[in-house]
Amino acid sequence: MSKFRSNGKREMPELNTSSLPDLIFTVLFFFMMVTSMRDVEVKVQVKTPVGGTEIEKLERKSLVSHIYIGPPSKTYRAIYGAAPRIQLNEFFAEPEAIREFVVAERESMSEKDKPFMKMSLKIDQGVQMGIVTDVKQELRKARALNIVYSATKENKN
Amino acid sequence: MGKGKRKVPGLNQSSTADISFILLIFFLVTTSMDTDSGLSRRLPEWDPDAVEQEMKIKERNVMTVQVNKNNEIFVKNGVVNRVIDVSELKDIAKEFIANPDDNVNLPIKEDYDIKDYGVVVTTVKHVISLQTDRTTNYEIYFQVQHELSKAYTELRDAWAKKTFGKKFSECDESEQAVVKGVYANKISEAEPKQYGTAQ
Repeated sequence: MSKFRSNGKREMPELNTSSLPDLIFTVLFFFMMVTSMRDVEVKVQVKTPVGGTEIEKLERKSLVSHIYIGPPSKTYRAIYGAAPRIQLNEFFAEPEAIREFVVAERESMSEKDKPFMKMSLKIDQGVQMGIVTDVKQELRKARALNIVYSATKENKN
Repeated sequence: MGKGKRKVPGLNQSSTADISFILLIFFLVTTSMDTDSGLSRRLPEWDPDAVEQEMKIKERNVMTVQVNKNNEIFVKNGVVNRVIDVSELKDIAKEFIANPDDNVNLPIKEDYDIKDYGVVVTTVKHVISLQTDRTTNYEIYFQVQHELSKAYTELRDAWAKKTFGKKFSECDESEQAVVKGVYANKISEAEPKQYGTAQ
C-alpha cells in the first residue's frame, strides 16, 4: 500500500571490493621498499653488548659491511670447535683475509660512497680482546678506519 | 554479418587481491626491520714506519686505563691511581678531561685557537691511553669505551649549553665542529699486551 514498503525481502548491497587490490599493492610496495633480505647466514653466535646513551643508529645500510666474531653456532661446532671465529660473508676466515674482504666490499661501492665505508663489528660479548685486536689491526692496514662496535640499546632510559 | 562492434569481455580481476596478498605475506615474512646500532669509532691510520714511535707527553696530561685479564679496570692519572668500578670511570674521566679546578696534577689548560670561533682555554694535550690484555673480555672493553664516550658527550653537552644554549646533538654542523674542537676525543689504544702464558 504504502509507497515506501518494499516488496519482499530486503537485500544487503554487496561490498565493493574493487579497490582492495590497490590497497594491498600499496602495503606490498611499502614492504618491498623496507625489506632487506638477509644475504648471509650467520654461522657464529653473536650477542652484542648492551650500551646506553652513546649508541647511535647506523643510517645508510648500503655503506655498512659486517664482520661477525663469536663462537660457532651449534651446527658448526663439531667442525670448527667452540673457540671464537671470524665470519666474513658466508665463510669463516682468518684475520689475514680481512684485507681482501675490505677491498672487495670497497669495489662494490660507488665511487662517492667509498670514503664513507663503515665496518660494523658484530662481536659476541664473551669474546676475548686478542681476536678483536687482530681484526682491528687488519682493518687499519686495509684503511677501513670507520668502525662501529655493534651493540644493542638498553630498553630503559 | 554480425551487428556492429564486438565487445571485449572484461578481465576477471577478482584474484588480483589474492595474488598481491601472497606477495605481501612473502615480504612481510622476509623483511627484517632491525636497525643496526652501535658505538662509532675511528681507527688511527696505519703507518708501518711509526709503529714504535714514542711520544713525549707530560705525565700530568696522560690518563692510563688498563683492563687486565681478570677484567679489573685500573686507572692512573695525577689524582687517581687505583682499581675502579666501571661506574666510576665516567666521572674520573670527566674530571681529567675538563680539569675544572686547574689542578696541577691534571692536564694543563692552554689557549687553543679554534677555526671560525676564537681562542678557548682547554686541555688540548690530554691523552687517554686505553690498554687491554689479549684475554680481556670484550664486554668490559666495550663498557669502558662506552663510559669514556659518555664522559666526552656530557662535557660537550655542558659546553654547548653554556655557549650556544642547546645540547651538542641539537647544534648545527659548524657549531658541532667547534664543540668537538674544545673537547676532542683523545683516546689512544695501545696494542694489547700479553702477559705470561699464551692462549
